[in-house]
Amino acid sequence: MIARILELITFLLTNEPYRSVIYLLCIIGFALANAAYLVWVERKGAGRFQRRPGPTESGWAGLLQPPADGIKLLAKQLMAPPGGDKILYWAAPLMVLAPPLVCLLAIPFGNNILARDLNIGLLMVFSFGSINVMALMLGGWASRNKYAIISAARVVSQNVAYEIPMLLVVITMIMVTGTLNLQEIIVQQGGGFWNWNILRGIWDFSSGGWGHIGGNILAPITFIIFYICMLAETNRAPFDMAEAESELVAGAFTEYGGMGFGVFFMAEYANIVVGCALATLLFLGGWQSGLGSGFGTLLTSWGIIGSLVGVGFFFAKMYFLIFSVVWVRWTFPRTQFYGLLNLSWKILIPLSLLTLLLTSVTLKLPRLF
Amino acid sequence: MNIPKLIPVGDPAAETFTINLGPQHPATHGVLRVKLEMDGEFIVNAQPVPGYIHRMHEKMGENRTYAQYLPNTSRIDYLSAMTYTHAFVGAVEKAAKIEVPLRAEYIRVITSELNRISSHLVGWGAWIMDLGGFTPILYAFDDREKILDLLEAITGSRLTYCYYRFGGVCDDVDQDFIDGSKAFVPYMRGRMKMYKKLVTGNIIFRKRVEGIGPISAEMCRKYGACGPVLRGSGVNYDVRKAEPYSIYNQFDFDIPVYNECDSLARYLVRMDEIEQSLRIIEQACAKIPEGPFQGKVPRVLKLPVGDTCFATECGRGRLLVRITSDGKEEAYRIRLRTPCFTNLSLFEEASQGMMLADAISLMASLDLVIPDIDR
Repeated sequence: MIARILELITFLLTNEPYRSVIYLLCIIGFALANAAYLVWVERKGAGRFQRRPGPTESGWAGLLQPPADGIKLLAKQLMAPPGGDKILYWAAPLMVLAPPLVCLLAIPFGNNILARDLNIGLLMVFSFGSINVMALMLGGWASRNKYAIISAARVVSQNVAYEIPMLLVVITMIMVTGTLNLQEIIVQQGGGFWNWNILRGIWDFSSGGWGHIGGNILAPITFIIFYICMLAETNRAPFDMAEAESELVAGAFTEYGGMGFGVFFMAEYANIVVGCALATLLFLGGWQSGLGSGFGTLLTSWGIIGSLVGVGFFFAKMYFLIFSVVWVRWTFPRTQFYGLLNLSWKILIPLSLLTLLLTSVTLKLPRLF
Repeated sequence: MNIPKLIPVGDPAAETFTINLGPQHPATHGVLRVKLEMDGEFIVNAQPVPGYIHRMHEKMGENRTYAQYLPNTSRIDYLSAMTYTHAFVGAVEKAAKIEVPLRAEYIRVITSELNRISSHLVGWGAWIMDLGGFTPILYAFDDREKILDLLEAITGSRLTYCYYRFGGVCDDVDQDFIDGSKAFVPYMRGRMKMYKKLVTGNIIFRKRVEGIGPISAEMCRKYGACGPVLRGSGVNYDVRKAEPYSIYNQFDFDIPVYNECDSLARYLVRMDEIEQSLRIIEQACAKIPEGPFQGKVPRVLKLPVGDTCFATECGRGRLLVRITSDGKEEAYRIRLRTPCFTNLSLFEEASQGMMLADAISLMASLDLVIPDIDR
């Protein structure tokens, strides 16, 4: 019986058009469930950090809070501020939620568990990931609110500043991996956790024996730069200039109410999921268990079950990163706006250029070590 | 499509726009309005517009007897109600020459210093919250809760205490309160270590306060700034030392003074003041004598004709109460010189040319309580 079910699942997941439909539905469901329940995680986590219980009223441990919030937001009247541009005003929430969904299409959650195996997956993720900025800018502009416009201006300069070190870091990783295909990047990191890019960069054991010096000897720093840039790109604290509430009330979202605001809120979490998923697969081995190549081979031999176990590893790493994002938010104060730009232009960009340079040198060095 | 008019029509060269920081704004912690003339992210001019929560406290003093007016004083700066009632009670005692028993003075010192710590804790937490860190304020409220519990047990209220009476205090304190206060001192010292690790040493916090919002001693004198703002500018002035009232001259404590003039200096002054208040509480709890807690007060209280001034050091600075009496049961005129009003008045000059985020940091460093500005 179980074998029949597995056969059916395997059939559905390998044959078009079932495969595409299933993946699309799953990804939309995954993104929305994450958006809803990461809010819960955030509120519960914040509660624990602040020595209070967090939401407890609706459902067990407040688990029904996200749907309750959703219903509340849906029940509210949709109002656009008078004098603003209505089309742009309503286009902004759509534009902010759609790109992370598209990005998730290219992300492999497990061995062969991905909607589209694109050769330029990484490129696609980044090109769609950048649309987020434009949506926030439009939202701020169309709100016809001074706070929102200041925020929109901040968002643009912030995202431009942080896109550069992030892309430099990603180029470094592409040089090491030699491919834009996300699936392949993960496959390369098979074996022990020392084969994950974050450590393999320093010393590469993957070719057997005592190994040799890795491609990117500053890989842990690269990872930190990527993490900081991800926080800034998703407008998370301590870089939440878009809605610096003690300065700009709610920034670009000041005039949004009801589900318009709710969509921005959900998109923030969807973007965090994409960012953390990227960090996981670029640096932390994606769905690789990190328990050695023997275990990897065993998982592969289990077929679809093995892939699902891989998904578990992927999620464990991804949710750990997401938790750390929440952790950072409830620990640190917000940076100044110019402090944020200084950090990018004066520290992160030179540093990522340095790693890029070092990586290109070490890659071209003859394998002396 | 309507294009938002960000540029004023008058002067085409001045590409500035006005934004309202308040009366309802997350950073003002109350109904304070600041009209900001902005050039991009820079502040060209910041004009505070007080008056949204004016309750005529001074005028009320002319229509009420002194005893009836007493509860009003605890509602001006709600965070340091003890020191406010102390100033009024002290002024009346000074004018009517009422003797206060020693035990009552000790009780006043202990409660005032506990109140000062709780006031600084709120100011500290709200400041970090203005800078975008949400967690510290809940830690601060957690510790403040301990103080509120202690004070609630003896005064019956948690915020707007009306505990001091002319010639003493409303009710005696029991041994539980003394023991609780003694136990609070080492507890709070442990917490201060944690605060230093969590906030004072945090690099983002340092960047946001170090060198931000310089207020020179000259500017303080010009606007009459007082309290931690003044002491953060290198001026050693604290009413408790400069013109000692009650029995403050019997205690061994220091006045923290920092010469850096920036927000960090004001921050450190407040943090050190918590430690100094703990020292005072420690000594007072050890030395508190037995005896009566209420002196002799005439049944109908009439002050002799003339002016009386009495100043106390409250959480935010020097509070001066001036009572002008014409010999009746009510005062002819009561004047309150409150610290937040003078501290706010320097904001306009100090914030010029600053960026918005820094101005918020500066405003938070003034530790404003809005009802105290408007009275």
